[in-house]
Amino acid sequence: GPACGGGCRFCGSSSLKWACVLSSGSCEGNSVERKIYIPLNKTAPCVRLLNATHQIGCQSSISGDTGVIHVVEKEEDLNWVLADGPHPPYMILLDGNLFNRKVMQQLKGTSRVSGLAVSIAKPNPPQGFSPGLKCPNDGFGVYSKDYGPQYAHCNRTVWNPVGSGLSYEDFDFPIFLLEDANETQVIKQCYQDHNVPTDGSGPEYPLCAMQLFSHMHAVTSTVTCMRRNSIQNTFSINPETVCDPLLDYNVWSTLHPINSSEKVDPKKEFIMVATRIDSHSFFWNIAPGAESAVSSFVTHLAAAEALHKASDVHLLQRNIMFTFFQGETFDYIGSSRMVYDMEKDKFPLRLENIHSFVELNQVALRNGSILWMHTDPVSRLNATVEPQVSESSLYNSSVGANVTLQEVGFSQSLPPSSFQRFLRARHIPGVVLTDHQASFQNRYYQSMYDTPENIRMQYPEGLSPEETLEYVTDTAKSLAEVATVVARALYRLAGGANDTSAIQADPKTITQMLYGFLIKMNNSWFQSIIKPDLKGILGDDVPQHYVAVSSPVNTTYLVQYVLANLTGTVVNLTKEECLNPEKTPNAEKEMYDYAWVQGSLDPNSTSRVPYCVRSTVRLSKALSPAFELREWGSTEYSTWTESRWKEIRARIFLVASKELEVSLHFAWCLSSESSLFLTVTPIQ
Amino acid sequence: MTLAVFFGCTFIAFGPAFSLFLFTIARDPLRIIILIAGAFFWLVSLLLSSLIWFIAVKASDPRDEPLQKGLLIFGVMFSVLLQEAFRFLYYKLLRKAIEGLVALSEDGCSPISIQQMAYVAGVGFGLMSGAFSMINLLADALGPGTVGIHGDSQLYFLTSAFMTMVLIFLHTFWGILFFHGCENRHWWEIVAVVVMHLAVSGSTFCNPLYVGSLVPSYVLMAIAAVWAYMLSGGSVQNLRRFLLCAQSGASPQPAS
Repeated sequence: GPACGGGCRFCGSSSLKWACVLSSGSCEGNSVERKIYIPLNKTAPCVRLLNATHQIGCQSSISGDTGVIHVVEKEEDLNWVLADGPHPPYMILLDGNLFNRKVMQQLKGTSRVSGLAVSIAKPNPPQGFSPGLKCPNDGFGVYSKDYGPQYAHCNRTVWNPVGSGLSYEDFDFPIFLLEDANETQVIKQCYQDHNVPTDGSGPEYPLCAMQLFSHMHAVTSTVTCMRRNSIQNTFSINPETVCDPLLDYNVWSTLHPINSSEKVDPKKEFIMVATRIDSHSFFWNIAPGAESAVSSFVTHLAAAEALHKASDVHLLQRNIMFTFFQGETFDYIGSSRMVYDMEKDKFPLRLENIHSFVELNQVALRNGSILWMHTDPVSRLNATVEPQVSESSLYNSSVGANVTLQEVGFSQSLPPSSFQRFLRARHIPGVVLTDHQASFQNRYYQSMYDTPENIRMQYPEGLSPEETLEYVTDTAKSLAEVATVVARALYRLAGGANDTSAIQADPKTITQMLYGFLIKMNNSWFQSIIKPDLKGILGDDVPQHYVAVSSPVNTTYLVQYVLANLTGTVVNLTKEECLNPEKTPNAEKEMYDYAWVQGSLDPNSTSRVPYCVRSTVRLSKALSPAFELREWGSTEYSTWTESRWKEIRARIFLVASKELEVSLHFAWCLSSESSLFLTVTPIQ
Repeated sequence: MTLAVFFGCTFIAFGPAFSLFLFTIARDPLRIIILIAGAFFWLVSLLLSSLIWFIAVKASDPRDEPLQKGLLIFGVMFSVLLQEAFRFLYYKLLRKAIEGLVALSEDGCSPISIQQMAYVAGVGFGLMSGAFSMINLLADALGPGTVGIHGDSQLYFLTSAFMTMVLIFLHTFWGILFFHGCENRHWWEIVAVVVMHLAVSGSTFCNPLYVGSLVPSYVLMAIAAVWAYMLSGGSVQNLRRFLLCAQSGASPQPAS
């Protein structure tokens, strides 16, 4: 994350900046600076992440990397950069369709490239694009040489065949994403005006150049950077942290309230439902995650709402725990921490309480109406009757719904899922529901192209934001069917005996959630369900779901409040009583969480009607156990950290030729000679 | 490219002035005091004139382009008049100072004459004016870029440096002319200084047509130089004797 607070631009910049305070006009972007530079404001950098053994990502020099701009729109254009161009190093403006492993390997191997700016390809690259690994979270799941070695390292099934692994490579030049097509056009125009080669020979000065600043402070690995952090904290008066562990909070809630300050009775059984809520891409804080994360947790939220509305929920024999794990993209940070807490008795539940496990992975791109059920083949070999229970409940629930449940073959392993972390600790029967049988249907897994278009969300033209919020898309209807099946299956698994046809997920809620988590967070529904002092987290930009290092992130807050709104009840408490439940009689603070939310806007007035919501939604810390145990080189737990940096920015300008230097030297020689002549005037 | 532009422009703009300082002012502490005080007087005049301009700009509509241009022209002219007014005030102060110096001296005459004070005051005004013209440009010249991406002239830094140099010289000569005019009640010399100053500042509105601002300024500088030389007691014979002496190498001149 950034090392100093706001106003970072002037940390360590030109020593003559003091002088511009004296001149008239403001300091930031004074008029001369505005004549020289065009800043690029809508960019996203590629930052450095570290784990126990490696560093990945990009690095620039401490005072930025400068290079002459060259636009590469087809592969032949690369020859100019790599061999022919007379003014290296070059700063490449790369078309999004060429941002693949082959081109990047060529750029990595040469010293003639000082940086890269990638423009987003519109429309999405048709052949798919995934900078993630072919085998995500390999080595941190359940399959290893001791457990199902034939399934380890994706020997049988390659989950992400489109994956190029670009996100996990280390680059020594800065790479930025140009999000705004207008800025890309400005750069291309500057290139056309100044940099186009004329008749095979080089273009003439002045040339259009670009400078990228993204200097990262951490190096080598988490072990190194955490050691440096501890040295700084021990010996320095003003400690400079170089990296931060990726951390956030898991959101969890139970169907029947439990006392969170005590441990649950070991004989009580829970059904655990899990989804992940984060994603990642090559660039920092760009993680739309429509199919990889949002589709699954939105379905999960809808199923939780449907279950809470069932009439005899309080009579169910088993409790259901709805868990939303954060940080799963980075070697299962959230789920590994929860398993650790359960083993060490720091969580109200223990692993023995979990009766079965249902996980929802990517579910939006179903082929036809098929929803696939994945189970662990190794535990099938030692199986008893139990694993069949979840599946039969699911089969029964799909009757009458537009969802066909099918099991994948017995010789296929579990896809990368939080369930694997639970299996590592204890054999629990469970199933993972996805829309893919073997490899992912998602061709943009963990990339900047995993957008609403990827899950076929389409809205008709000409709708206002309010109408768009309310419009029920086909995607929402499809996810509603999945949510209905899941809710009914959970009801059965929890011991419910009555007819389940009343349990229905609401497509309207789902479409509102999809709009809020994928298109615009700042909508009227989200505004009405959050606390008044959290208004600022609802931005107008496209929502991103990166786990980050400052917590909780907007996604976590919103999942928490949406879950509270959908599964909680409105109680008649005043603001003071709601904010201080320990003083209120009968509030049962340990069983419930009370939140004072701002409420919706009255149609005719500008004020809101706040109210108190009582729910069982809680947050649990999602920091990898490696950092609790101070084992920076752990191979068992996630060790991902993010480097710190001071400034990240990009700008373009013209550079002048070296000949001007010579003429300048000549000019000042002349002037100093003439001044010496003047000193012998008769004014003495 | 960056350090070259920075040092090149610094030496073009300030080279002559600093060598004038080094060879004629630096050894005498009294002259240094007069120089610094002169610079301060110029600074105060700039502060007041920029305050007026700033208030005028804030009180007006920022989107009205012709109005803003008009306010800028008004601001420049007002600043010129204020600078000359402060030059006059400084003259009055120095006159009083001479009386004090005469009182303090042992032999009843001042260690420094009003003409020498005029020259030093001019250099002081010029140096501070040059600093304010050039320093923010030099700060940006250190960066990797040069002016031109929006279509401005490439020679921006170079012409600014030359303009600063000529302005420093002009302030020096105007100091001599102005003080001479005040001493001997030659009002036309004072008016000529004010008119020349207005002309030079006004010509900068021709930029980026640099030939329209630099050429007249250098011509005016040459005129002012000759006039100041004449007023200081120079003549054609002096000049010939100086040049002939330099050619014969008889007297030790600090020439290159």
